[in-house]
Amino acid sequence: MAVYRPPHIAASDITPRNIYMSRRSFIGTAAAGFALAGAGSAFAAPLQAKPGPYTLDEKLTPKDAVTSYNNFYEFGTDKSDPSSNSGDFKPTPWTVKVDGLVGKPKEFGLEELMKMPIEDRTYRMRCVEGWSMVIPWIGFPLAALLDKVEPQGSAKYVSFETVVRPEEMPGQKGLFQPLPWPYVEGLRLDEARHPLTILAVGLYGETLPNQNGAPIRLVVPWKYGFKSIKSIVRISLVEKQPETTWKNSNAREYGFYSNVNPAVDHPRWSQATEQRIGEGGFFKTARRPTLPFNGYADEVASLYSGMDLKANY
Amino acid sequence: MPLIPALPRRLHGPSIWALYVIGLCPAVWSFYLGATGGLGVNPVKEFEHLLGLWALRFIILTLAITPLRDLFGINWIRYRRALGLLAFYYVLMHFSVWMLLDLGMDFGSVFADILKRPYITIGMVCLAALVPLAVTSNNYSIRKLGKLWIDMHHLIYAIALGGALHYFLAVKSITTEPFIHIAAIALLLAYRPIRKPFLRWKRARKTVDSPQPAPR
Repeated sequence: MAVYRPPHIAASDITPRNIYMSRRSFIGTAAAGFALAGAGSAFAAPLQAKPGPYTLDEKLTPKDAVTSYNNFYEFGTDKSDPSSNSGDFKPTPWTVKVDGLVGKPKEFGLEELMKMPIEDRTYRMRCVEGWSMVIPWIGFPLAALLDKVEPQGSAKYVSFETVVRPEEMPGQKGLFQPLPWPYVEGLRLDEARHPLTILAVGLYGETLPNQNGAPIRLVVPWKYGFKSIKSIVRISLVEKQPETTWKNSNAREYGFYSNVNPAVDHPRWSQATEQRIGEGGFFKTARRPTLPFNGYADEVASLYSGMDLKANY
Repeated sequence: MPLIPALPRRLHGPSIWALYVIGLCPAVWSFYLGATGGLGVNPVKEFEHLLGLWALRFIILTLAITPLRDLFGINWIRYRRALGLLAFYYVLMHFSVWMLLDLGMDFGSVFADILKRPYITIGMVCLAALVPLAVTSNNYSIRKLGKLWIDMHHLIYAIALGGALHYFLAVKSITTEPFIHIAAIALLLAYRPIRKPFLRWKRARKTVDSPQPAPR
């Protein structure tokens, strides 16, 4: 009679737990690799950068919070909308047109922008709604890009424009459009050339996820988050103060400057404190005092010397 | 002619208690989600907003009882007290979460915000106005107060208006969700001034339609 004998398995043949448990990260990496190959996929790809001049001693906001709690109305107005509705968005191929009062207007391909001197920049991010994060961006100074197009002496401001793609951005179609598109923003030229101002192409060691403004976005850490325009397709150097979306929508509540300022309240809520996302919890909120210029006063306060910051909010 | 079959009388009581239980489910479920990390990375704000939204929904349902009877012949007046009380409980929870969890019992900020922020002032006035209505939501008070009870409970119109305004002022931009809630309140309030003329017209039409008694 045949007796079943269990096969002998040598201990060396058994896959160690840490390896079989890492199957998911392997699949993730593989997916990211495919994303790099297959243009336009929503997966973020690894991105290496050298350490930049600005670092922070504060605890980083967890990556899942940075990529799931977003204001990006092109994908919907709920905080979770950008991460859930941005799957169809194609950040490649991509070009950014830089024009206006410049000597050498140019349309930059994403490949060329990724070859700019990218570096790690960990910044605080303060939303006008009263919450904040600490985000490890990867990007390059906007000034480096502006140098390439040779701004003319008459250029005083820089305007920015987000892509309009209703078929890929569900927030741009439908009955109730919260804002007019394209989303537009602007900076004074000296603000735009400040070394803290960067164009970010990644975060947390990867290319930008769609919900964070893929493939390229502005980051101006001393201003409220809405100034840091996402998915940029056009940058123009202009003479007059450009139109900005939230100021057009409600000028009393959102100014052109929108520097983080605990002493100037939003007409409907206080800006004195902020809630640090990812810290505290359901029974203990993590409120902290908001810092003037979001803690970057030493670097940027001189840009506004002599200006009434209450009038120029 | 009623549009839906009438509920047997013996089920009236139990159905009201069922409404209380069902009505409190969103709060319990959201609390469970919040406490177990299911409400995202800013759970307190999310919980606070959900409670406020449900408060508005119960106010809307309270206001819908009368038009439902006038226009569709559905008499759900027996549920109105439960709906009104549920609205009150949700407003109370909304306020408590804001004070205890959001502002972390920083009473300085609580009072400063109530005095300084118009939308919070309005919300607070609405909560205060709901208290006497909730306290008198019993048969004893109805008997005792008589006509005064009716006048007093008309306060719900002002409270509904205040609730809509509170919501309108609290959001950054008017999107589908605020629009639907605010529009529902606006419609239900707009019905009130036209209600009496409408009922007169309806009665007049009925008397014309129905056969007249033969003259003697």
